[in-house]
Formats: sequence, structure tokens, C-alpha cells
Amino acid sequence: MSKFSLLDHELIPHHEIMDEDDLKTVLTHYNVEREQLPKIKVTDPIALELGAEPGNVVKVIRKSQTAGEALYYRYVIE
Amino acid sequence: MQMDNMVPSIPKRIGAIKFGLISPREVRKMSVTSIITADTYDDDGYPIDMGLMDLRLGVIDPGLKCKSCGSRAGECPGHFGHIELVAPVIHVGFNKILRKILRSVCCKCSSLLLEEGKKRDFLEQLSRQKDMGHLPDDVINNVFKEARKSKTCPYCNEEQLDIKFEKPSEYIENGHKLTPTEIRDRFENISDDDIRVMGMNPDTARPEWMILTVLPVPPVTVRPSITLESGQRSEDDLTHKLVDIIRINQRFQENRDAGAPQLIIEDLWELLQYHLTTYFDNEVSGVPPARHRSGRPLKTLTQRLKGKEGRFRGSLSGKRVNFSARTVVSPDPNLSINEVGVPISIAQHMTIPVRVISKNLDLMREYVRRGREVHPGANYVIRDDERRIKVTDINKEELLEKLEPGWTIERQLQDGDIVLFNRQPSLHKMSIMAHRIKVLPNKTFKLNPAVCPPYNADFDGDEMNMHVLQTEESRAEASILMQVQENILSPRFGGPIIGGIHDHISGLFLLTRTQNFISKNDALELLRKSELRELPEPRGHLEDGEPYWDGKQIFSQILPKGLYVEFPAQVCFKCDTCKKGDCEYDAYVVIEDGELIKGTIDEQAIGAFKGRVLDKVVKEFGTTAGAQFVDDFTRLAIRGVMHTGLSFGISDEDIPLEAKEGIAIRLQDAENEVSELVQAYENKELEALPGRTLAETIEMRIMQTLGKARDDTGGMADQSLGLENSAVIMARSGARGSILNLTQMAACVGQQAVRGERIRRGYADRTLPHFDKGDLGADAHGFVKASYKSGLNPTEYFFHAIGGREGLVDTAVRTSQSGYLQRRLVNALQDLEVQYDGSVRETRGVIVQFKYGEDGIDSTKSDYSKPEAIHRVVRSVTGKEVV
Repeated sequence: MSKFSLLDHELIPHHEIMDEDDLKTVLTHYNVEREQLPKIKVTDPIALELGAEPGNVVKVIRKSQTAGEALYYRYVIE
Repeated sequence: MQMDNMVPSIPKRIGAIKFGLISPREVRKMSVTSIITADTYDDDGYPIDMGLMDLRLGVIDPGLKCKSCGSRAGECPGHFGHIELVAPVIHVGFNKILRKILRSVCCKCSSLLLEEGKKRDFLEQLSRQKDMGHLPDDVINNVFKEARKSKTCPYCNEEQLDIKFEKPSEYIENGHKLTPTEIRDRFENISDDDIRVMGMNPDTARPEWMILTVLPVPPVTVRPSITLESGQRSEDDLTHKLVDIIRINQRFQENRDAGAPQLIIEDLWELLQYHLTTYFDNEVSGVPPARHRSGRPLKTLTQRLKGKEGRFRGSLSGKRVNFSARTVVSPDPNLSINEVGVPISIAQHMTIPVRVISKNLDLMREYVRRGREVHPGANYVIRDDERRIKVTDINKEELLEKLEPGWTIERQLQDGDIVLFNRQPSLHKMSIMAHRIKVLPNKTFKLNPAVCPPYNADFDGDEMNMHVLQTEESRAEASILMQVQENILSPRFGGPIIGGIHDHISGLFLLTRTQNFISKNDALELLRKSELRELPEPRGHLEDGEPYWDGKQIFSQILPKGLYVEFPAQVCFKCDTCKKGDCEYDAYVVIEDGELIKGTIDEQAIGAFKGRVLDKVVKEFGTTAGAQFVDDFTRLAIRGVMHTGLSFGISDEDIPLEAKEGIAIRLQDAENEVSELVQAYENKELEALPGRTLAETIEMRIMQTLGKARDDTGGMADQSLGLENSAVIMARSGARGSILNLTQMAACVGQQAVRGERIRRGYADRTLPHFDKGDLGADAHGFVKASYKSGLNPTEYFFHAIGGREGLVDTAVRTSQSGYLQRRLVNALQDLEVQYDGSVRETRGVIVQFKYGEDGIDSTKSDYSKPEAIHRVVRSVTGKEVV
């Protein structure tokens, strides 16, 4: 069976692991700690594929009906 | 005075709330007395010592003093007592967790049936969940699930037997019923560490405390008795239940001391269990509810808390309030939408506190001088020592003399005061809006009919509530955020939710369509309520030289200068190519610089939910201009509709004979088509639609044929009624009713359906005995050929009743379901808040959405999310169209 990347599926928005610098900007912008971000489980198929680890933050670029593109940040938990 | 023994009201901050189980030791510690007798009062009506009304439990009778704290009735908060139970009894509320623990714990050594490593693992998971602020429920469920799997104890190798739970509170292990004592013994031996793995804190909640050995007796203040007019005392339901418990407890004790046979002891134990169960919850499934002598089920602890009228929803989240009024509403188009007409009798009862200062002393004196009887007066004065004094004819003079700055007077409502106005069910924010009051005669609240849509009010007997704001801050907040004009645009769809209805639409429709010759007198009459100084240039002159105006000009007078809009009206025929301004039906509205050039004003222009003109006025000229526009057009429309007159009666449904014949022929054709279809079906010549059986296909085809026939007859009726018919005017302009309603009244009622299908129920193979078995024809399955005007024949009437009933049932079911859905949604979302940085967060500051609605746009300020606004701005500045 051929493997395919989940990210290629049109219903799955683009995910990427954020580097610490970018993350810092986001956290200061919203004035929050990581724990106050929405969460995603490491066992989530997309997190597995990205190889995210607990403590990482995943950036999600979703298609939005109202804004075209919407950014979300999800904190990876166990 | 009484100030000495009052607790000073220093605001205190709640640091933490801890929940746990109450231990027998704690119960005894907080108890002021043990209760041993079931009697309450002696023959003199004095509370018996160590009885349920013991004076140490607090006092409710005036005159007596509490033996525990020494305070009188009303001051004493009450004190707990306790009952020593002869044998342990299970607390019903804990059966679910009791069962889980019982099954996860060794029957011999009471250790949790998990290996050490696993226990450690679960403990770690629990602490992690706690750190993350998540609920530990999932982990704990896993603990119990895992522990239950082991068949033998990993510590003492004892074989574990299956424990069956039987409602309401019996535990059966291998055919042997476990007594509460046995269960308690097992729980007592569970180690503290094991309790922690099960998600409990052994210091505050040990499992054996779920089995009662001692029962706290609530203070009498919790269960006050009432004295009836006859002088007889009537006890609270809880007291009754406690009496039962004490009686059985005593009997149990006596029997056991006398060495009664095991069987009797067991029966009494079960009885004690029953009484304690119903004491906590009288609605446990499988337990007959304890009843009062009259047969009414007792209202015990759980019943006090649960449900709509319970402590939480009835007494804490929702309460009755002061400074509110309720009465029937009726319409008054001469009021502004920001106003509400308040009956003078209500205005005289409700008050607003005003602080007396040197600058308003004379005015305040005048209010007091007028007193309660002369509106607007004052009902109470509050002295500087905070004592409230009622203003009466007797003390009026005295009060007038003493009145000085520092006092407060409670003056009656008068014109211009701001109040909140509400109609239940309050489903959205526009269900409560702030209005300025207008004191009027008569006994109903009056409101401009244009504000009916947000409240969903009509005048068939609806009642509404009014709340009078008591502080300056609340009034300021209400007038900025809640006033009707601030809520013309709904955040739901960004358009106006307040707007013209019924008469407003038909009035302006009649006024603005085609050429109207309006004389100077009529023009002034139409516009007299609008603040207008001059009439525009007349459109032309009649033969006798009299000037005349037309309706479009009159309407233009209330439009703000500088308004530009263009849109197709409700009456638009949706032609293939829109001719826009050159529309031959005058169905394309063009407004330039506040001048109605072309088109007819109807629902699309000023209607609630649609009103494009209203929408533009509010968005471009502000809410005050919007409110002014609504006020003006409601007044103009009412005068407009009276100018022409609009009435409807039975004779308006009359259609000429030719049309009637045409309709009859069309229906006959449809019936023939149906019988052809049936013929084809019976001869198996009919072709099935893809994915359908033959039977389904013929049903669909018949429905289609008949539906089309009905629509055609409607079209014919519409044609023959002409555009001057009042029902047609109302339907076309969107004021009220639809072409379908008209069709049913004048031409043909059409197919009656149950669950979207033709009516099939009834007798074997037929709906009614009037038809042949297996008849698939139109009339045999609920096609009503007649119109409401012509009258239905008996079978049609019957089918119509079937269809009508379904509609009623549907609405009843839908409202209750959507109500509950709404409640759940509100409970889930009520704490979310849009922050100043545009993010949506819950109370802990956890982000839910990074930007509200992902684009951070307030829908009431956007033009339906279309770039139209920018195009217009560019055009008005550069004079060029943008593509």
C-alpha cells in the first residue's frame, strides 16, 4: 500500500512545527504562556507525521470563509 | 442598637474551595446535640429537648432565643444536630462510585487490584492532568477499568468474585448480599496510597464515609414549620422524613437489643435504608417515592436543589426582582422606536433615586410637595442616616422642612427616563433593550411596531417586562450600549433587525408606486409629523393650475441628503436581463443624493431583516439618523396607508367565472395526467427514476404533477385578481401573506402531506371508505381541489385536518427541542469573551480563537462582507466606477 502525506489532503490544513523565535513573538503578541494556547495531542495523526514532541507548538494555517487564511497555534501535549 | 452584634461587612476574597466527603467525626463535631426522640413539640407547643425542633438547632418562632448562640429568630443561622444510626446505611448518591470501588478492591485484603508499577503509572498520569488543569475523570475511569480486570488479588492471591449491583442499593457477591457493614469494613482497610490512585484524597474523602453511620440533622431554619390559620402546625417535608428515620432507628435498636430473629433485623435494616434513600432523593428509580398523608410525594433534599424551580436554577441563577413592571403591550406608531409608553399608574409606582444637592434642592422639594398622588412626585425620601421614609400627606410638610443636601429622594418616573424593556423568551441580546419612557394614559405598555421583530412581539395579548435602572452608571451604560437605536443592526447577519412591518410596507408601497397625484393639502398632511419646513418643487400642475406632488417626492423628504443606493425591489420579476433603472415594472430602486428617483419602496427597502435603505442610512449616517428615519417612515407609512386605504374581505378572493372555469379545467387536466400515470404504473410501463422503486417513482411523479397544477391555478387566480387587489398588494410588497396563501384562498388548496408524502394512513389499502381499495388517484390521497373560499368537501376537509395536525405537532416539538439546544449552547459559550486584542478567550485566559470570527470583523459594521462600500467611497470621491 502506498503511503501518502496527510498534509496533501485537501481537508487537512497546513501544519508546521514552530521554531522558538517565532513562537516567542506569538506568545508576546498575545501575552500568553504556552499552556494557554489550544492543545493538540502528540498522538494526533498530523502531530505524529510532523514528529512533534510535547512542548512544541504547531502552527496551523487554515482556510477561512471569512478571512481567506487564518492562523492557529496549538500546543503539543501528551 | 442592633449594630453591636452584627458581623461587619468586610469584603472577603475566596482563596479556594475544597470539596470532600463529610466524616462521621466531623458530623459529630459540628453537631450541637444528638437527636433521639421523634416528637417535635410537647403539649404546650414548646420544642422538646433532643427532639427535631430542639432549641439548640436554632429558632424560627419569634420570641424564643437560640440555646446555642443566644440570638433571636432571624439572626440565628441555625446549627446542625445528628442522629446516631444503629447500623450503617448506604448513601444513595454514592452508589455509582461505591460500585466501582467495590469491584476494584480485594474482597479479603482490601488492596487495589493493580500491580505496584501500574499504580505508580496512574498516579503520575493524575498529577499530570492536574498540572494541565484537565479533569482527572478519564484517568480514574481507566484505573477502575484496569483493576476490575484482575481475577485474583496480586497481593494475597485471593480469587475475586463478581459483584452484582441491584437497584436501588444492593450488592450481591456470589449470591450473598453484602451488608453495608461488610462493605464499610472492606473500605476501612483500603490504604491511603490506594485511595490516591482512585483519585481521592484520603484526608478529605475516605470511601467508607460514603456509608453513613451518623446522619447530620439540618438546622430548623432549613426546614421551618408553618403555623396554619387554625393554629395547627404544619411541618416541613424534611422534618417528616427525619421523624420516619428516627422512628425506624429506634425500632431497629429495640429489636436488636431484644435479640429479635435475623429476618426481622434485616427487614428493619432495609426499611432504614429506604427512609434514608428517600430522605436524600425521593426520585430514585426503583424506589417508590415517600408520600405525604395526602398522597403528594415529599420534596426532599435532591428535589430542593434539582431542576428549573430548584435552588440553583430557581433561587440562585434566577430570582424575582424589584423595580420591575409587567403588562400587556400595544402598538403606537407615533412613538419613536427609542421610546416606550408607560401607563401612568406604573410610572407613579416605580421610582428612581436622586441625591439631593444644593443645586437641585428646589426641584426635589417640588417632588416631595407633590407627594405620591400628583405625578411626577416622590414616593420615599431617604435621610442621610439611610432611613427610608414614605411620603404621606401627613408627614409631607415636615419632610419638606427637613429636606437638605445629602438626602436622597425616590422620585416617580417621568418622560425621558431610561428603562430596560424585555420580552421572554430572551433568546438574543435584542430581547432586552433600553427605551426612554413616555408616560401615557391607559394601562398597557406602548411601543412602535417597528421594534416588534427583535422582541418577536405581537399585540394578541403579549406581555412585556420593564426594569427601572437605579444608578447613574447603569443608565449611562444602557443608553450607550442597549438603546434601541444602537441595536437596529443585528450582529447575526449585519443587517437591520428593526424595520417596517405590515402597514409600514404596504403604506409606503402604495405611496411610492407609479404616479400619484398628491395635492398640497395631502402632501402636508402626509408629512406633518416629520420635522419638515418646506415642500419641494411640485412635480407638475393639474389642468386647473393646482400644483401636485408624487409619492416618490414625499418619501424622499425623509431620506437623508447624500444617500445613494440602488437595488432591485421585492416586486422584482427577476427578468433574465435586468434593465436596472429602466425597469418597466418600477421594480428597481434608485436613490441619488437622498432623492428617490426610480422604483417602489417595499420590504426590500425598509422591511425588518431586509431593508436595504434602512441598512445604508444606519451604516452611513449613524444610529441617530437611522432611528430618525425609522420614526419618520413609520409615521409617513401609517398616513400613507390611510390616504389610499387598504382593506381585505371575503369578496377580495372572488375571481371571475372564466378564471374559475380555467382553474377547473387545469385541475381536471392534472387529474387526467395522474390517472394516466397510474395507468402506466399498473401496466408496468412506467420507468423508475434512478435510485427509486416503482412505487416511489409514481408517488413522486404524482406529487410533482399535482404541485405544478396547484401553482398554475395560483398563477391564474393571481392574474385575474389583478395588481390592485389588496391581498396581491400585500403579498407582492412583502407586507403580509404570500402568493401561496392567495392561491389557497382563491384557487386551490392543493396536496395535503404527512411527512412529505401523500396521505396513506387510514383503512386497509385505502384512506377512507369513500374510495376504492388500492385507488392511487389524486382525491383518494389528500389532494384538495377546492379553495378555502369555495369550501372543502367532507373528504377534503378530513385530509386537511390531518395535514394541519402534523403542522401543530411539529411546531410544538420543535420549540421544546430548540429551547433545550439553546440552553446547552448558552451554558457552553457564556464565559467566552472577545478581548481587546481581538482574540476570543475563556475565563482562564486560554485562547479559543486567535481572531474573532477569524477576520476580527464586527458584522454590524461591515457591508455584508462585500467591497461595495469601498466602491462607493471611491466613486463619490473620484466620480469614477471601480471594477
